[in-house]
Amino acid sequence: MVAHAETVPKRRHPWIEFAARWLFTTNHKEIGTLYLWLSFLLFFIAGGMAMIIRLELFEPGIQFVDPERYNQVMTLHGLIMVFGAVMPAFVGLANWMIPLMIGAPDMALPRMNNFSFWILPFAFTLLISSLFMEGGAPNFGWTFYAPLSTTYGPPSTDFFILGVHLMGISSIMGAINIIVTIVNLRAPGMTFMKMPLFVWTWFITAFLLIMVMPVLAGVVTMMLTDRHFGTSFFQAAGGGDPVMFQHIFWFFGHPEVYIMILPGFGIASQIIPTFARKKLFGYHSMVYATASIAFLSFIVWGHHMFTTGMPLVGELFFMFATMLIAVPTGVKVFNWVATMWRGSMTFETPMLFAIGFVMMFTIGGFSGLMLALVPADFQYHDTFFVVAHFHYVLYPGAIFGTMAAVYYWLPKWCGHMYDERLGKIHFWSATIAVNVTFFPMHFTGLAGMPRRIPDYSLQFADFNMVSSIGAAFLGATQVLFLYIVIKTIRAGAKAKAQVWEGAEGLEWTVPSPAPLHTFESPPVIAEGQGH
Amino acid sequence: MKGPAKTTFLLVGLAVGMFGFAFALVPLYDVFCEITGLNGKTSAQAALVEEVERATQDGDREVTIELLGKVARGLSWEFRPLDAEITVRAGEMKTTAFYARNRSQKTIVAQAVPSVSPGQAAQYLKKLECFCFEQQELAPGADTEMAVSFILDGELPAEINELTLSYTMFLVSDTDEETTADTRLGQAIRYRP
Repeated sequence: MVAHAETVPKRRHPWIEFAARWLFTTNHKEIGTLYLWLSFLLFFIAGGMAMIIRLELFEPGIQFVDPERYNQVMTLHGLIMVFGAVMPAFVGLANWMIPLMIGAPDMALPRMNNFSFWILPFAFTLLISSLFMEGGAPNFGWTFYAPLSTTYGPPSTDFFILGVHLMGISSIMGAINIIVTIVNLRAPGMTFMKMPLFVWTWFITAFLLIMVMPVLAGVVTMMLTDRHFGTSFFQAAGGGDPVMFQHIFWFFGHPEVYIMILPGFGIASQIIPTFARKKLFGYHSMVYATASIAFLSFIVWGHHMFTTGMPLVGELFFMFATMLIAVPTGVKVFNWVATMWRGSMTFETPMLFAIGFVMMFTIGGFSGLMLALVPADFQYHDTFFVVAHFHYVLYPGAIFGTMAAVYYWLPKWCGHMYDERLGKIHFWSATIAVNVTFFPMHFTGLAGMPRRIPDYSLQFADFNMVSSIGAAFLGATQVLFLYIVIKTIRAGAKAKAQVWEGAEGLEWTVPSPAPLHTFESPPVIAEGQGH
Repeated sequence: MKGPAKTTFLLVGLAVGMFGFAFALVPLYDVFCEITGLNGKTSAQAALVEEVERATQDGDREVTIELLGKVARGLSWEFRPLDAEITVRAGEMKTTAFYARNRSQKTIVAQAVPSVSPGQAAQYLKKLECFCFEQQELAPGADTEMAVSFILDGELPAEINELTLSYTMFLVSDTDEETTADTRLGQAIRYRP
């Protein structure tokens, strides 16, 4: 940006100057910041939708939103959280940290980096604007099963389709950029097996993105032609098959859930060694476990479809393949625990979030194993048990992972230490609230409460009220998080270059706050140094 | 090309290839289902003579077939089987019929789409003749009886002794535009928040 500022007249209005700076920036740190703020904003928008859902479910009966509106809010909550909150937050972290961690001056394709960010505000404007359209927003759940989204979808479905296309293009460009950067711009001596695990997990995630986002683009294109151009991909009348939609969708959808957790694994693998003051246990097995999870994610999509009339052989295959994923995941959890074993542990906020991540993600993993069992899944399918499961892997998993990363690297980004006392209050209140909110959903789900329905039988009333109270509390804790972040940016104790005494890696060799341009001449990684 | 340009080029190729793969999944899915009969679709063509001759008997094994006739949205026909349930001896030809009547004021063309449940049974149901092989046209108020003849192969897995053969009648002709427009309108009204 410094170079850019010299080429433009100095007399421009400061607002235009400000807008031009952020619109045209190609700096990886600024784009990372943009991604993180956008995801933060969308996290609050989708979180507000969650509040509406929990408000409606506070008591049985229809109180605040009519069922049509409930379906729309529920659909957008899912879509925005997945594509708007979790994914851009991880891309933002990748933009900020990957060049710093591998000793690169910037991302390999800076202009494309700018494009891939600035597509997103348009994508989400399209998606969210559908709420105000005649006929309402998409109302078929984030999985947009045909024929709900084709024959029966509201007119605004086309805005959804275009929005998904834009998000997909953005993700693919971002992923290409990350791989090209990692493959080509590593500092001399930084071999693949010396890369920090956050870089490794993102490298694998980026491959998943490039392989499945085009499949998502394909399936929404088929929807579009089914809706408007007379094709019958998913319409039985014309020789198509609606079940095929589910196969193609989940071929994308299952790798997608690992896209949302693998960078979190990387973050935990950076933070736990720092605060246990030990090297990560089993670095190589971590890399191989991540790669095996990524591979297995392509052959397990059928476990989302056990109740579609799949033959026994298919059910058995998908069940066993799914349970196989527990092995590499178990390796990872074991390694994190083994890293902490006999370490000189301290419990700063990033460490608390990382340990919370390991603990509660594992709970979500266990309920995932229960869902993988075919006979049990017939009972759990489409109940709140599924809701409990994926919120455990996403909230205290992906989102706590992101928060751990923010606390861990925020001093590096803005040069100030965050308020440790407030950080701890944030962690403990969020942890209590997340469990109060989502744990009772296991019980209501096992008892048969269906998901995606605004009303429920009286016997579920107490647990739902507990969930709703927890959700309000949980929403409030994230406002505290916003306050902590803003407070840290504006003021706070000066952070050293080596923010955490136990931390290793190139990002701690640059000053705090990290200057706009770093590693203009590459650092050299000596033999024996690394990860 | 070298370095970043080469990597970028390869990755863009991968992304484009995966977009193509999404569409390749469609014929792959159809082929896979036709070979295994997993989605319960019976063949869209009449069985060949050799195929029929190959269909084996299985002693006195009898299988109950439940028949269902459904009408898809937007089609104002009456459509139902003459018999709700028939008993078939494996390896013997059986003929049954469905009744259809056009309740609208227009000539309508429709197409029946079959489905067998459990899906694994689909490939053992060999049809010699079926109204579902072609489109049906009915004048306003006209009715008809439409036959289906088939042989149930004795190779049918032993655990299946009851199966359902269902047909859904779908609107083909555009002459029914008014009905379709009405339905669309109804949908728009229904979705108004």
